[in-house]
Amino acid sequence: MTAVIASRDSDHVVTLTLDLPGRSMNVLNEHLMKPFADEVQKFIADPSAKGLIITSGKEAFIAGADLEMIYAITDPQVVVDMVTQMHALLRGMEKCGRPVVCALNGTALGGGLEIALACHYRIAINGPKVKFGQPEVKLGLLPGGGATQRIPRLIGMQASMPILLEGKELRPDAAKAAGLIHELVNTKEELLVRAKAWCLANPKPIQPWDDPKFKMPGGDGKHPAVVQMLAIAPSMASAKSFGNYPAVTDIMSCVFEGSLVDMDTALKIESRYFAHCVTSQVAKNMIGTLWFQLNAINKGKSRPEGFERKSVKKLGILGAGMMGAGIAYVSAKVGIDVVLLDTSQEAADKGKGYSAGLLDKDIKKGRMMPADKGLFLDRIKATTKFEDLAGCDLVIEAVFEDRAIKADVTKQAEQVLAKDAIFASNTSTLPITGLAEASARPKHFVGLHFFSPVDKMPLVEIIRGKKTSAETLARGFDFVQQIKKTPIVVNDSRGFYTSRCFATYPMEGLTLLLEGQHPRSIEVAGMQAGMPVGPLAVQDEVSLSLSMHIIEQTRKDFAAAGKSLPEHPGSKVIEKMVKELNRPGKKAGKGFYEYPTLPNQQKFLWPDLVKHFPLKEQLPQQELIDRLMFAQANEAAKCYAEGVVETVADTNIGSIFGWGFAPFQGGALQFINAYGVQNFVKRSKELAKKYGERFKPAAIVVKLAKEGRKFEDAAKVAIAAAA
Amino acid sequence: MTDAFIYDAVRTPRGKGKKDGGLHQVTPVHLLKNLFDAIRERNQLDTSQVDDVVLGCVTPVGEQGADIARTAVLYAGWDQSVAGVTQSRFCASGLESVNLAAMKVMSGMENLVVGGGVESMSRWPMGSDGGAMVMDPRVNQAMGFAPQGIGADLIASLENFSRRDVDAFAVRSQQRAAKAQADGRFDKSVVPVKDVNGLTVLDKDETIRGDTTVETLSALKPSFEQMGLMGFDATALRKYTTLEKITHVHHAGNSSGIVDGAALVLVGNKRIGSKLKLKPRARIVSAAVTGSEPTIMLTGIAPAALKALKKAGMTVKDIDLFEINEAFAAVVLKAARALDIDLDTVNVNGGSIAMGHPLGATGAIILGTVIDELERQDKNTALVSLCVGGGMGIATIIERVH
Repeated sequence: MTAVIASRDSDHVVTLTLDLPGRSMNVLNEHLMKPFADEVQKFIADPSAKGLIITSGKEAFIAGADLEMIYAITDPQVVVDMVTQMHALLRGMEKCGRPVVCALNGTALGGGLEIALACHYRIAINGPKVKFGQPEVKLGLLPGGGATQRIPRLIGMQASMPILLEGKELRPDAAKAAGLIHELVNTKEELLVRAKAWCLANPKPIQPWDDPKFKMPGGDGKHPAVVQMLAIAPSMASAKSFGNYPAVTDIMSCVFEGSLVDMDTALKIESRYFAHCVTSQVAKNMIGTLWFQLNAINKGKSRPEGFERKSVKKLGILGAGMMGAGIAYVSAKVGIDVVLLDTSQEAADKGKGYSAGLLDKDIKKGRMMPADKGLFLDRIKATTKFEDLAGCDLVIEAVFEDRAIKADVTKQAEQVLAKDAIFASNTSTLPITGLAEASARPKHFVGLHFFSPVDKMPLVEIIRGKKTSAETLARGFDFVQQIKKTPIVVNDSRGFYTSRCFATYPMEGLTLLLEGQHPRSIEVAGMQAGMPVGPLAVQDEVSLSLSMHIIEQTRKDFAAAGKSLPEHPGSKVIEKMVKELNRPGKKAGKGFYEYPTLPNQQKFLWPDLVKHFPLKEQLPQQELIDRLMFAQANEAAKCYAEGVVETVADTNIGSIFGWGFAPFQGGALQFINAYGVQNFVKRSKELAKKYGERFKPAAIVVKLAKEGRKFEDAAKVAIAAAA
Repeated sequence: MTDAFIYDAVRTPRGKGKKDGGLHQVTPVHLLKNLFDAIRERNQLDTSQVDDVVLGCVTPVGEQGADIARTAVLYAGWDQSVAGVTQSRFCASGLESVNLAAMKVMSGMENLVVGGGVESMSRWPMGSDGGAMVMDPRVNQAMGFAPQGIGADLIASLENFSRRDVDAFAVRSQQRAAKAQADGRFDKSVVPVKDVNGLTVLDKDETIRGDTTVETLSALKPSFEQMGLMGFDATALRKYTTLEKITHVHHAGNSSGIVDGAALVLVGNKRIGSKLKLKPRARIVSAAVTGSEPTIMLTGIAPAALKALKKAGMTVKDIDLFEINEAFAAVVLKAARALDIDLDTVNVNGGSIAMGHPLGATGAIILGTVIDELERQDKNTALVSLCVGGGMGIATIIERVH
């Protein structure tokens, strides 16, 4: 069965319908590209064919390229050769002298849009789900099929930047307004009728850039206005990326250098930068983790097998605070009926009001019709009565972090719940196994650790208590996917996985402060390392008083067990800030930062910090970066070794989605892989010698280094699941 | 090594670098022709004795392009045997030309060379020639490009120069320049620009505003704040990690003015001077260039000055007068602080904040200004220095010849 069906009508217009067998979407791989190339060549060679229409037999046009090959290639010459073939095909098509129309029946992304851009005319169905874009940059790549050249030549260099540099997707109307699409229609029939009509009406089209009089819209890279834009573009990009994403620079180079030369030379330039991206470590990190490992997770790699997929129809939430309210919102959003319970009707209503507030924002931004707000809110019942929980498939408690309160609500809820209903705790600190002791059916008890704000954070940690059954785990997994979040499975332990590892980041920052490093240098090091926020700022967000509370609680627990707590040096900073200096954090308006209350004033580092933590000899910035990153990665490796997290995929994805570990590093374990496991061990030992035992490399890393191995799940499973 | 002497130094007045500027109507080649005429006439010069002309021009495009040095030699009617070369060391180009001329002479390879420079900024605005540092994204990113104004504001932030500090310096520049002009201290070097009919187009620096006060300047908005917030501040602060933010203090009133102008300096060895009956005014003692951190860009003055002093076996104490280009107020304040010199000996007749900075010419202009001043005050040594684009610095030390 071929992936490309060619048909020729009585007017000698050929239609190619792309329809990759066995796949729900067309993706550019050899099974599709080979027959497509053959058919295009056939058309080019046959002057009796009067026009060519390219469309798809799927709901979307083309979703992008298969990444397996790109992930595997390490030789830049192979990349250049590969894309040179693609460029030759598309150039042959656009220079053949007869009309080629792309009939975009649905979404076209990546290489899919690039094929469309090489057609003389693009008609698209104006459907609600249809979108066009070049998402390559999000995986450390650039569009290597000509988009960095054709998009600027169609819509101008400046307008093309958000599409290429940020992967911004356009809806059909926006794409038409921008000039990427020529015509919009409403039905598939119309689409093909108009495509054919255009072929017949335009027998000898040429691409704008093949016209000798062509001028780049808005000017090329020599135009003074464009030069001004180019002067600041790298600064604007680096302000966010800190120069950690080579693809961003390479895309700007393609657009700039390409604008100064003809299309064929421009494509040669693009192919060199594409090869540079494909073979970069950053692309390998990002594709490996954010594509293959994420796909493997989404396909249920960590979900226990043998249980039918189930969805939650009615959800109970105990506690309508920030977390409960957020869980109610994301659940109602996917059509789940929610019972939002709190001790007073007022508190419950306030929790429901959180959804109303978010919906109002959506309406204001045109993302929601005002009429739909009522329907949405009707799905959330705010109550104080436990009886209302009857019929819930799942109840999540999000009450105060207090064992007694949690035990009490567990018992009350279980009285009205069906036997097979699941009870979940959204605790972020208390071990699940202990909490499950309050349950009459600990097999049905599980942890679902959400992150705040729930509506924005993509991850949920599913915590398996000692007695949690495999089926309960599977149903927890299904629920997390039902609300469109990414689940990772974590075994019960102090701090679980993400909280435990995350804490090493601010704590190391605090230690640097204690050692006399300049506070802003520490913050900059965090950002340079690729973290979304500096360690001091993030500690302010968490609140120093909460950390103080946890430290004291842990001290007590250790004392009760007759052990002494190996204290992190950063604890001293927290203690001093909270107890001596009365700087409890952002909520109080004073922590490591000052938080001015006037509008338009940004937070700034508390000027007295350097008084209380006097500056000493300043370390090179890279030393700071290494310490912040090694602390996190080493802790993640320990979690993996201890079985707190069981797969490399969960460990990596959990680190990026859970606490913002540098995405370009591909996650905490991939950071070690990319650094080189042996180099990591060597560097860790150096750091341990200079700064303390906490940097001593985890035993598992030492073992992998000795064996010449790295962190990986059974690779075939990951790739097979992705395919 | 042969000694290199300065026999003459001339310049045009500086005209406001805009449409309503006095020299906007004059071509850059014509600006130079006026000066070539003056050098020939003032010195009764047999131009066939001149080996080469080295001119600085930072934006060598259009009518300033294609080697304006050779172009001007021929257009001015100098002997066709005189060669010409155009170079750019950004803002230092004018002084670089004089240094190159001196090096040609000191090496013994040439006898008599003209150095100088030209810039018609009203006709060929800064940046008209592009440049990979600015327009090529990967080059721009690799060096951490930020416009000079950001570097100047960064210096002020790092050195804690307040807006009042920099404005007060600007006022000083205006007052000194106004007084110097009124006293006729520039008359020795300034050659009025005349048109083809011999009618005077401009005979004085036209941007001096002696009535400037800190209060009048306080009304001006910082020029670089907006572009800073758009991204350039972030680029600078990634390198200067101990600074929380950049305070933008520079504006049109405390930065060098954009103007049109040109200058020439006649440099030769002793033998040719005697032969042509030229009177040496100063000897070029030493010269140096350096590179420094490119994002802050404007901190090269002190390192270059120290390098030149070291070569000359001198210290700052041996220098009577300093001429430090007033690219931005903070640049001079920072340089003076770094060199530990008294501002009373710096730019005693004002500088580019008052009179403007025609990029390719300024270095040669301020060299001429300080020779005149050494003679007026009957002092002996001077150090001329400029900060330079791309993070460079230049310095030249001269000594009067009695």
